[in-house]
Amino acid sequence: MTLPPIITFRQVSKFYGHGEATIRALDHIDLSITAGEFVSIMGPSGSGKSTAMNIIGGLDVPSSGEYLFQGIPTSGFDRAQRTLLRRHMLGFVFQGFNLLARTSAVENVELPLVYRGMDHRERRKRALVALEQVGLKGREGHTTQELSGGQQQRVAIARAIVTDPAVLLADEPTGNLDTKTSAEIMELITGLNRDNGITVIMVTHEEDIAAYGKRLLRFVDGHLASDQAQVKEHDHVL
Amino acid sequence: MFFETAKLAWRAISRNMLRSFLTVLGVVIGVAAVIAMVTVGNGTTAKVQAELSRLGTNTLFVRPGQWGPGRASSEAKRFNDKDVLAIQEQVTGLRAVAPLNRGTATVIAGGANHSSSVIGTNNDYLIAQDWDLSLGRQFLANEDRGSQAACIIGETVRKELFGATNPVGQNIRVSNVSCPVVGVLAVKGQSGMGDDQDDTVIMPLKLHQRRIGGTTTISSIILSAQDGVATTKVQSDVESLLRERRRIAIGREDDFSVNDMSQIAAAMTGTTVLLTGLLGAVAAVSLLVGGIGIMNIMLVSVTERTREIGIRLAIGALERQVLTQFLVEAVMLSIFGGVSGIVAGLALAYGVVSFLGVPFVASPTIILLAFAFSAAIGMVFGYFPARRAAQLNPIEALRHE
Repeated sequence: MTLPPIITFRQVSKFYGHGEATIRALDHIDLSITAGEFVSIMGPSGSGKSTAMNIIGGLDVPSSGEYLFQGIPTSGFDRAQRTLLRRHMLGFVFQGFNLLARTSAVENVELPLVYRGMDHRERRKRALVALEQVGLKGREGHTTQELSGGQQQRVAIARAIVTDPAVLLADEPTGNLDTKTSAEIMELITGLNRDNGITVIMVTHEEDIAAYGKRLLRFVDGHLASDQAQVKEHDHVL
Repeated sequence: MFFETAKLAWRAISRNMLRSFLTVLGVVIGVAAVIAMVTVGNGTTAKVQAELSRLGTNTLFVRPGQWGPGRASSEAKRFNDKDVLAIQEQVTGLRAVAPLNRGTATVIAGGANHSSSVIGTNNDYLIAQDWDLSLGRQFLANEDRGSQAACIIGETVRKELFGATNPVGQNIRVSNVSCPVVGVLAVKGQSGMGDDQDDTVIMPLKLHQRRIGGTTTISSIILSAQDGVATTKVQSDVESLLRERRRIAIGREDDFSVNDMSQIAAAMTGTTVLLTGLLGAVAAVSLLVGGIGIMNIMLVSVTERTREIGIRLAIGALERQVLTQFLVEAVMLSIFGGVSGIVAGLALAYGVVSFLGVPFVASPTIILLAFAFSAAIGMVFGYFPARRAAQLNPIEALRHE
């Protein structure tokens, strides 16, 4: 018996507005992503890639069609159920890091665990492990303002993985970072996919960043223009 | 989880300490005003009651007309000597029956003069009102009958008119009545109502009626029951006797009243109930204004923290959890306001009470009520902003800058 794909889109569409002014952000998309994949999503702005990410993340719902998570249709989910899906299955990394200001690194990482109702000591322990995993050991007490952009993104990644999510959703994770730091962050994300088996879905508009994925989806005008497997250069090197 | 939420709320509040303080100022002032007024009011009432109870619970006051708020007594027929005599002879269990006429007159001795309250009564008055004599004696029988003038003066009158010299045996003139001083009352000080009880001249009723009041009637009668005799029995005996004497038909209301101190005290507190009601209305308005202040600042806070709320929603906070967070923050704010108000109100009351010389009586009920009310204010006025926060769209919230 084969496991169902972790993410399935069946004829998913998303419309904004009415009548003449209707914008088709997603137009009957079929898509399936298997556990353990590293998928890069590219496309010009307005192509529907962010909408697709929001639907996968349970932050938005399709106008029509069905989004299945681990084979389970989500169309009947209410807001709370979608929240629980995020809480237990998904980790988010954003372009703007989205850390809480004036809050220490470790407290930021603990945040998703707080909402799970985990007790203080267990939470702290797991947050410290996650911070160590992203290479921020020793900076646990630094507040957001005291960290560089790369370090802030590491904290955000630690926050995303501290709950052991099935899927890591990264929306332009390197958009605010310089080339060198971008490479470091991408190494980190690649490692999480390779070593921890976390499914990674990443939106980017940079070809070299997208190249880290093992599969590349290109969105154009709400359609899936291409879907191809990628062989990574460094896989050859190793 | 609750501790977590409280910690978060505290952080948000303390981050904007000045703003938080100004926000709750309305609640602080409202609560402080209520606490201060109620506490001062309680102190005054306590003093009055202590005063009244010192006079004894076995004392009854008989007056014409019905006594109490909103009742006019001026129309009712006054008493006469025969009423007093009838009570003395027919009601058992009394240790003192004192008729009482009261007036104000200028009292002169030597070169000094002083305006004082002048009471016409008998020796029983000293028993019923618990007066001791510091000098001299009570009235003699012939003085009581009015054939011989005599006066007993209070300490204030003695001081004003005689200074250091002994007044006993000397003459004073009360409204042109020449009257030898036979005794001096021991010091009692201020009454609960704030008047000087020692500023008085006591003379036999007959003398007072003839020379001061120009009347043969009696305005009230003070009775004192013997120890161990129920005042309620005395009260009903006196009532039925007076109804008979005043020919009040069965079914008609008394045109006089017989009250003991606790009943008079209750009537007095009756008037304060109205005041308390008004006070409550003022408090409600000020707390309402305070609550709107809290709602306003919570709405500002939600807008300012839209992005933070978006982050929380995105990483797995339920609507309920965000709602609770903001609600706890609002309640915490208003409770701070309430507690500060209670402290400020008590401090203010303490100052006023010390100044007035009445006891400091903090009412736990009103303090608890103020606390509960301020918490409720936070709950009610915090709900709308908190709900707004909880229902934010996470995608838009995350985009918010």
